[in-house]
Parts: sequence; C-alpha cells; structure tokens
Amino acid sequence: MANEVCLRTLGLDRPWDIDQYRSIGGYEMLKKIFSEGITPEQIIEEVKTSSLRGRGGAGFPTGLKWSFISRNAPGQKFVVCNSDEGEPGTFKDRDILRYNPHQLVEGMIIAGFAIGATRGYNYIRGEFIEPAQRFQDAIDQAREAGFLGENIFGSGFDFDLNVHLGGGAYVCGEETALLESIEGKKGQPRYKPPFPAHFGLYGCPTIINNTESLASIPMIMEKGGQWFKDLGVENSGGTKLFSISGNINNPGVFEISMGTPFFELLEMAGGMKDGRPIKAVIPGGSSSPVIPGEQMMDLTMDYDSIQGAGSMLGSGAVIVMDDTNCMVKVLERMSYFYYEESCGQCTPCREGTGWLYRVVSRIENGQGRPEDLALLDDVTEKIAGRTICALGDAAAMPVQGMLKHFRDEFEYHIEHKRCKVGS
Amino acid sequence: MGFKNAPMSTVKPVENKESLFSAEVRAEIDKAIAQYPEEWKQSAAMPALTIVQDDNCGYLTEELMDKVAAYLDMPPIAVYEVATFYSMYELKPVGKHKVCVCTNVSCMINGSDRIVDHMENKLGIKLGETTEDGKYTLKEVECLGACGGAPMFQIGNKYYENLTPELVDSILDGLE
Repeated sequence: MANEVCLRTLGLDRPWDIDQYRSIGGYEMLKKIFSEGITPEQIIEEVKTSSLRGRGGAGFPTGLKWSFISRNAPGQKFVVCNSDEGEPGTFKDRDILRYNPHQLVEGMIIAGFAIGATRGYNYIRGEFIEPAQRFQDAIDQAREAGFLGENIFGSGFDFDLNVHLGGGAYVCGEETALLESIEGKKGQPRYKPPFPAHFGLYGCPTIINNTESLASIPMIMEKGGQWFKDLGVENSGGTKLFSISGNINNPGVFEISMGTPFFELLEMAGGMKDGRPIKAVIPGGSSSPVIPGEQMMDLTMDYDSIQGAGSMLGSGAVIVMDDTNCMVKVLERMSYFYYEESCGQCTPCREGTGWLYRVVSRIENGQGRPEDLALLDDVTEKIAGRTICALGDAAAMPVQGMLKHFRDEFEYHIEHKRCKVGS
Repeated sequence: MGFKNAPMSTVKPVENKESLFSAEVRAEIDKAIAQYPEEWKQSAAMPALTIVQDDNCGYLTEELMDKVAAYLDMPPIAVYEVATFYSMYELKPVGKHKVCVCTNVSCMINGSDRIVDHMENKLGIKLGETTEDGKYTLKEVECLGACGGAPMFQIGNKYYENLTPELVDSILDGLE
C-alpha cells in the first residue's frame, strides 16, 4: 500500500490548493465531527485504536499522549506541530508541507478539538521558507473558508493557527526546546517532568506532535483507527513516510505500509547506484545505529524489526551506503554534527560531543592512537543517559553502532594510518 | 511544586518606539507580535530579528539587537542570547548572496566535497568567507532536510538540489 495517508494528494496537480484538497474529501471529516456530534473522547479513542506512534522519531503512542491532557481544566491549551525537521537524512515533513498542507491544518484543528485547545502553532524549521509559505497559504485559505477562526461551523469551537519559524538549531526538534524557542528564548530543553501535557507552551497544557503524525489524523478519523492499524503490522500500525537517500538511483520520500521489507523500499528507490554492493544502512536518521547492508536486506521497516537489529526506526530516514564509503569518514561527519548542534546545557553532551568528534577526526586523519577505540567506548557511555534531552544519546549511539559493526575499519585506520576502503 | 514561566521584561519600557525602525519594519514586527499572547511579546524575538536582519543586508549588529530588545520590552541580553544561539542569524556582514551548502552525510556521500571545492576555487574564498566584492558568502550548514536531492545548497529562500559543478556555475553566474 503506497501513498494512502499523508501523501494521498500527490496525484493532484495543485495539491496544496484548498479546492483540490476538498475535491478528495478534505475537511469533510472536520465538518462531520461537528455535524454528527463526535466527541473529543471518541476522537482520542479512535487515535488510540489506530496505534499511531509519534512519527518524529520517539514513537510514543499519539492517542495516549493526547489523553494526558485534562480537557476540561480551565485556561488556555495549545496544539503544537513539530515541523523542525532536522535529523540528518530526514526530508519527509517538507513534502507534507509542500504537497498536503491542508491535511496537516485539518489534523491540527481536530487535535485542538480533541484536547480543548483553541490555539495552535506549527514550528517549521527556518530554512523551509517556501514550504512554510505553502503552509501559511493553507492557513489563510482555511480561515477564509471558515475552517479556522471563531465558532467553526456554528459548533461553538474556536481554533486558530500560526507559523513559528525556527532559526537553524537541530536541538529545537526536541519538544521542550521547541517550546522555549516559541517563547522567544534559546532553544534549550527543559527538565521533565513536568511534561508538556501539564506544563507546556507558556506554562499551559500542550500537545506536541510531529507533522506526519498530525497529518495522519484526518484519514484515521475518516476511515477508522482499525483501518489505519491494519495498513501496518503488529505494534507498528499504519503507513509511514520513509525518506531514503544515499548511494541509490531514485532517492525520495515513499509512503508505504509499516512492515514492508527493506529490499522492497530499496527497489522503489531504484536500487543501488551503479549496481554497487550495499555496505551499510542508517535506518532511522543519523542518530540511529548503523546496520550492515547484508543484515538490513533481511529486515522489515517497522519498529520491532529495526529495534531487534539493535537500531531504531526513528524518523524513517534511511541513508544507504555502498562499498566506496569509509565508515570512519562517515562517523567523523556525524560526530561533527552533534558537536556543532549540542546546545551546551549539559556537561556530558557539551564536552563529550567534542571529545567524540576530535577523537574520530584524528583517527580519520591518520593520527589515531591504539587506545582511542576504548576511549570512544568510554566517552559514549559517559554521555548516554546522562543528559536532559536525547541529543546526548543521539550523539553516542552512532558511535556505538559504528564501533560494533565496523570496528575493523577503525583499527585499520589507526594501525595503517590510512583508509581500508580502496586500499 | 509550582513551576513558573514568565517572559523576561525590562524594568523601564522604552518610549518613542516609532523612532526605532522604519514604518515597514515596524509593521512586519507588529504582525509577528500579534501571533502570540499579549503578554508574550518576547515570542516575536525570533521573527523580529529575522525581519531586521533582512532589512540590514543580511546581518545583525549590536545596535540593531538593542533596538529589537527595546521594541519588544526585553532586556538586551535576552535578545543577544537568541541571536547568538541560532545559526541563521549573522553577526558579521555577509555577501549579497549567502550560499548555504550542506555537507552532512547524505550530501557528503553524494559528492558535496566536490561541490565545495569547486565553489572555493571559483570564488577564491574558503567556507565561512565572503568575496572581496561582497557578492558571495560561502557558509557550511548542517542537514537542510533535502537529502533526496543531495548534494544541495540554499541561497535566499530557494533550495537548489542535485548539484553538479556545471549546475553550480550556471546558478552562481546567474545571480545579479
């Protein structure tokens, strides 16, 4: 099953236009919720039934997240969409913003109704200027058509939506850093608890969901949670957007059923460039530990399968590498990323990411020492689990994965002061 | 246990805010302020810095940051924190065209090194530098979320994907 949920508009010629979205039944679900008196509790139940898990990377059950909000508690509540797509390898939310922005708008309104929020923000990474404009145009069209604003379709429900652009900080994809950023501060993650459901944006109860999660909601409501769940496999319901890139012929975003074999996804992506052998795959964004290519060919694309291989499905960002790639060089680049993006708040991450980068870099550049691999093991252990947010873990895991599967390449670099690839 | 969350506000709000920016810039900032709760003008710090930066040839000065602080009733330090934390704010002059080239993994394994080398040779500058005529700045950036079109760069609002040295030439030569 392909392109059934978030990318179902791809066949239209102007899929971002409200008339075209409505021509395939867009916003009908929202109207139905009001005309048939579907209750917030029923919506949350349906989302729970769908088994939708957070598509940003953590995989937390969306319906459960929503149920943490006390809908009837007094005061403002917020729906926040996380379009701060920054995990290296991930480029799926950009396509939702560009090619199906209305479904995201509709999903956010339904989410607002479900938790009793009247305001929403979509935090879009600052570089996505054109996709953000598409989303803003969708908001304007939806407001014009009466889907946003006060007393939507005489329901007594008010909801309005704004865009907040990021400023180029990976850490703002972490939900509480994102909230800090909307509040006009440095994007440094907060301690949890309290979780955003109790103390979120401006101190008010807030749900934060990934773009893909929220864009899935209208279809889940229209066709039923069970329908969505059945698209996938046990413990991984629905379809998922996979961003596949690297040494392949036809990189891109593919929406396919959870549980699809990896080799099928690779085929859709045109197979390996120049027919070269597959060496390694990063299955879920650069934070997920690498998996050797041969092993990957036997896996399916769902939470349990990838986790069983010692990695994570994460954001569904698949980076495929052929045998011309040096794993030391790849890890050097990834480690630089975490060093560059650490917000500096927690010592293990601020200092540790620098250590990881410098040590991997000296190995790559022929200055490695025999004790360096033990040093890397040690540093990763001292970062993982010792920081406020998951960026520390995200920096440690790729190092651990590379040393687990490609240790010989690192040893070769240290011993021979040159690269094993091509030698 | 109670948690508190309040904007940082100045003790003495500045008067005559009209004198801080041009009418156009003020109108844009006011539009941003209106998107947030009334007591959270501070939320407009990021959009305001972007607006002011765009209005000042793509970079911020301390004076401009102070003005943003004054306009939003924030202490200047709170604005400096924001401006120095996010990589899209420039604190030094930049060229007319800022070329933000991604060198992260997907771009790297698709030859971003070759693209960077080509641009450095063509323009006679290194990453992080600006040409003498002030026309181009080369900036290395982290993943821009377009790995399907690797290697890629961004100039202004626009993404350019599937770059080759020839394509880079035609893009850069085509800029005024």
